[in-house]
Amino acid sequence: MRISGKGLVDRSKTVGFRFDGRDYTGFQGDTLASALLASDVRVFGRSFKYHRPRGVVTAGSEEPSALVTVGRGAAQVPNLRATMQEIHAGLEARGQNAWPSVNLDLMAVNDLFAPFFSAGFYYKTFMWPRKFWEALYEPAIRRAAGLGALSGAHNDETYEKAWAFCDLLVIGSGPAGLMAALRAGRAGADVILAEEDSRMGGRALAESHEIGGQPAAEWAAGVVSELAGMPNVRLMTRTTVTGAYDGGTYGALERVGLHLASPPGDLPRECFWRIVAGRAILASGAHERGIAFSNNDRPGIMTAGAVRAYLNRWGVAPGHAVTIFGNNDDAHRTARDLAGAGVRVAALIDVREDVEVAGNFPVHAGCRIVDTVGRMGLREVVIADAAGKISRIVSDCLAVSGGWNPALHLTCHMNGRPVWRDDIAAFVPKPGMVPGLEAAGAANGAFSTRACLAEGAAAAGAALEALGRKTVTLDVPVAEDGAVRLRAYWEVPEPRHRAWLDFANDVTTKDVRLAAQENFASVEHMKRYTTQGMAPDQGKNSNVAALAILADATGRGIPETGTTTFRPPYVPVSIAALGAGGQGAGFAPQRFTTSDRAARERGAPMIEAGLWYRPSYFPRPGETTWRESCDREVLMVRDRVGVCDVSTLGKIDIQGKDAGRFLDLVYTNTFSTLKPGRVRYGLMLREDGLVMDDGTTACLAEGHYLMTTTTAAAGPVMRHLEFVHQAHCPDWDVQMISVTEQWAQFALAGPLAREVLNSVLESPIDAARPAFLGVIPVRVMGVEARLFRISFSGELGYEIAVPARYGEALYRDLVARAESLGGGAYGMEALNVLRIEKGFITHAEIHGRVTAYDIGMAAMVSAGKDCIGKAASQRPGLSGPERELLVGLRPIPMSRAIGAGAHLFDEGAEPVSANDQGYVTSVCWSPTLKTHLALAFLKNGRARHGERVRLVDHLRGTDVICEVMHPVFFDPEGGRARA
Amino acid sequence: MPSLISKSPCEDLLPVEAGGVKLSEYPVDRVSSVAPFAGKERASGAALKAIGLGWPKPGQSISANGARILWTGRGQAFLVGAEPAGLDGLAAITDQSDGWARLRLAGSGAETVLARLVALDLRPGAFPEGSVARTGLGHMMMILRRDGADAFEIMVFRSMAAFAVRELHHAMTACAARVAAG
Repeated sequence: MRISGKGLVDRSKTVGFRFDGRDYTGFQGDTLASALLASDVRVFGRSFKYHRPRGVVTAGSEEPSALVTVGRGAAQVPNLRATMQEIHAGLEARGQNAWPSVNLDLMAVNDLFAPFFSAGFYYKTFMWPRKFWEALYEPAIRRAAGLGALSGAHNDETYEKAWAFCDLLVIGSGPAGLMAALRAGRAGADVILAEEDSRMGGRALAESHEIGGQPAAEWAAGVVSELAGMPNVRLMTRTTVTGAYDGGTYGALERVGLHLASPPGDLPRECFWRIVAGRAILASGAHERGIAFSNNDRPGIMTAGAVRAYLNRWGVAPGHAVTIFGNNDDAHRTARDLAGAGVRVAALIDVREDVEVAGNFPVHAGCRIVDTVGRMGLREVVIADAAGKISRIVSDCLAVSGGWNPALHLTCHMNGRPVWRDDIAAFVPKPGMVPGLEAAGAANGAFSTRACLAEGAAAAGAALEALGRKTVTLDVPVAEDGAVRLRAYWEVPEPRHRAWLDFANDVTTKDVRLAAQENFASVEHMKRYTTQGMAPDQGKNSNVAALAILADATGRGIPETGTTTFRPPYVPVSIAALGAGGQGAGFAPQRFTTSDRAARERGAPMIEAGLWYRPSYFPRPGETTWRESCDREVLMVRDRVGVCDVSTLGKIDIQGKDAGRFLDLVYTNTFSTLKPGRVRYGLMLREDGLVMDDGTTACLAEGHYLMTTTTAAAGPVMRHLEFVHQAHCPDWDVQMISVTEQWAQFALAGPLAREVLNSVLESPIDAARPAFLGVIPVRVMGVEARLFRISFSGELGYEIAVPARYGEALYRDLVARAESLGGGAYGMEALNVLRIEKGFITHAEIHGRVTAYDIGMAAMVSAGKDCIGKAASQRPGLSGPERELLVGLRPIPMSRAIGAGAHLFDEGAEPVSANDQGYVTSVCWSPTLKTHLALAFLKNGRARHGERVRLVDHLRGTDVICEVMHPVFFDPEGGRARA
Repeated sequence: MPSLISKSPCEDLLPVEAGGVKLSEYPVDRVSSVAPFAGKERASGAALKAIGLGWPKPGQSISANGARILWTGRGQAFLVGAEPAGLDGLAAITDQSDGWARLRLAGSGAETVLARLVALDLRPGAFPEGSVARTGLGHMMMILRRDGADAFEIMVFRSMAAFAVRELHHAMTACAARVAAG
């Protein structure tokens, strides 16, 4: 119910929203939790395992129970904490893990079988028969258990990633964080103040006391207003710092558009930040913990601090008659605040005998709660005094405080271990757990407001000093400075029913004791056996209590028992935010050639070649399959002329007086003897002696070479050359740089290639100049160009290179001229057929496991000089008859299609791996030779030309006899290319 | 006499504008890579001095008379807007004029836009005017230079021009939407 005169919500702005199919209203500034509590909604969802009704437990991001799904369709987001989701017009939320609704959930039958479902139940029960686990048991269990679900539909909403840099990152904007940011801001440092709430202030918004003589929330607003006016301070609300990483880098998740009724279309829903900070101050506050007792999970039972927060921040009393149960003086504040606001306090129960409480409400010192009543919401609390006398208190809300745990999680992200402090019965961070990060305030175990203010200011001073900046003094305002008075109290002994620790994963005190009994006594083993701390809240609410009970069960102290490791992220992070920008085409850069548009306009389907897009084939009217187009393009090149964009091949410009010597080192064959104007084919080995890449290198002038790499290996070859230069011969005079993108390069192949060229060149060429494997400068329509005479098709072939700005124009022109001569453009499919017919290799053959010997190029490894990989290539086993060697295959009959990846066996041998003789790397239908062809690697293949082998494709079900041949099927003398 | 039609890398793609930030293309200009030969570093620097520039320190550029030289790596710089005169025999020169798309991102939110795609600290104190970095633009590699208080020069491979424009425009509209959302 809403309390008039309390809270910081804007009561002039009513906001309508829906929850579980019903309409509600709240006020601007409400969370889903506060607005529904104000409307007396108690059940928010069903629990993970037992489907027990659950309500709100906390008022922050640590909420374990009130998880809801927001939105519909592809955009639905599950497992949002109702305590964090701000209401807005049109908000539609649903409770989770319930069918048909949270108030009537048929799966709640699980709760009746609870005695069977203790920790380890599944492991023990569903062991047999073993194969049933994956097929039957696990899917069924997973269906019954769980949280919200994804829609399963593709979500194309925008998410974002971004970087930020600062001198000081302050995490949390409570009294400590505000003081830290204020001091550093006034000193002129670049400050980022990150706050996960929608409003800055932290506990100052949730408490009723004063700071510096004014209400705490007003003091906070004043500081925030001053900070907002500083150009060097960046205030980031709705931003949870999720992880601490190396080098002062912090991950953070910002809710950008999730709280808006009608966000602009391009607005990201969330942004994942990487914040790099010189120093950081963790002022993340503390989490209040519960006490385990019978049926302590009923809707209406929440932490005492949360009850105060709902009252003071949102003006909401979560009940009409509230009982408070605690082991410390802090809990008493809740009773006083409620009574002060006119809410009926049914009882204050303190487990300690010696407490002094002044207030107009019944106080039960030295008592404990032995049970609660009310399945769909708390109705009664059953208490026992020291003598065991039972009494009942009618109450619809129970505020529990078992003390506070510093929210120190980030300090543990680099595997540091916190230390135990007996006086506050909690773990606190040690200095230096994360380099450059210091905890201050409640996160550091300082629980009074005054101590928080002082620690925040002091931490900023230390940070400024560490940053080498001038510091300024900052007076610490007057504020409450009470000592922590608490008696460690984790559970009410001998509970009548289950007493819950981890609400999110339905783990009870009994489960923890069972783990200890079954010798899962290490805290890490207990966690995995019971799943305590493995839910979305990551044990924030239950961790310390669970290990306290484990410590008790194993007869050890809490410090000896230790704590589990806190890892990033601090709160759940959407994968969509982590992967922002990577959806669909954003996954990898797209590279387009200058002829891209011309190819697409001709209807060419584009295929990816690395990051490049290249035309697959150019369909003409009447052609219904790719094969028809491909066959036509192959014959077109063989008979007339074809044009193909080969700009994607890597081009590396190499200059310097040691350039020739350098090429001799990286290539197996000799290049230092190559004369200007000549081109040579080269083979490159890796350090391990296997083939790395091949290509041609032209000598443009004395000490000036242009190396060509395959499209796929352009980057790796550049990296390899840089490595060789820097690591093996740094004193050599060699300069190299990629010029791949500078040049648009087009292959002209076919008997009429020269005729096409002479129609565009300013001075005609002839058969002699350039000769085969030559390069000359030419001029094409006023533009300086390079003309190479090389062939990857086996036909008369040229490649003409112009500066890329002219690429599109020249390509369109060359294709049109080729078409006039009965030729045209050809794509990757035809290019592949042409080179298979000629036995030319690609990375299908030089796939990283073959040697120069395997591909018949052992003679290219020059005997007269050393090269990278030469020594390693001479190791035993890398040559000889046991190797699988490159051969050609032709099926018998020739019309039988064969597939790449098929394996080879001796004729008559059973096609099993023990009999494997080799494999197929490239296949095609050769329209030139009217047969299917393949390139393959066959054991001792060069000695087996003319033999028959059995080709079996186990995937496609092919089983064909093939004839082993020389891999060059067409024009073995190479006369056509030299014409 | 017929001639070949010339196209800039971002022809038909730019300019675009969002939230007061404008992405445009620099006019096509002469870009040369300069890599001094062994022992010719000093002489190369002197030749560049003669045209008012000099050899840039790592991470920096020098501008004068409408030309500039950008550090682009170990023993390598890009000369923009001037012929590489007087460097014959002193340095390996390659023409890079057509190899790069040269984009200009300008406006008061330019740094905010780049924070979506660039992992570097671009605060004016850390990356003042004239600073150069070879770094990433999303998944692409780029040469980045601060061209003014609120302006950056971005050089990416010509083949990636369309992708770079797409990525930058996406970041621009997302930033503009944040301003619109308040």
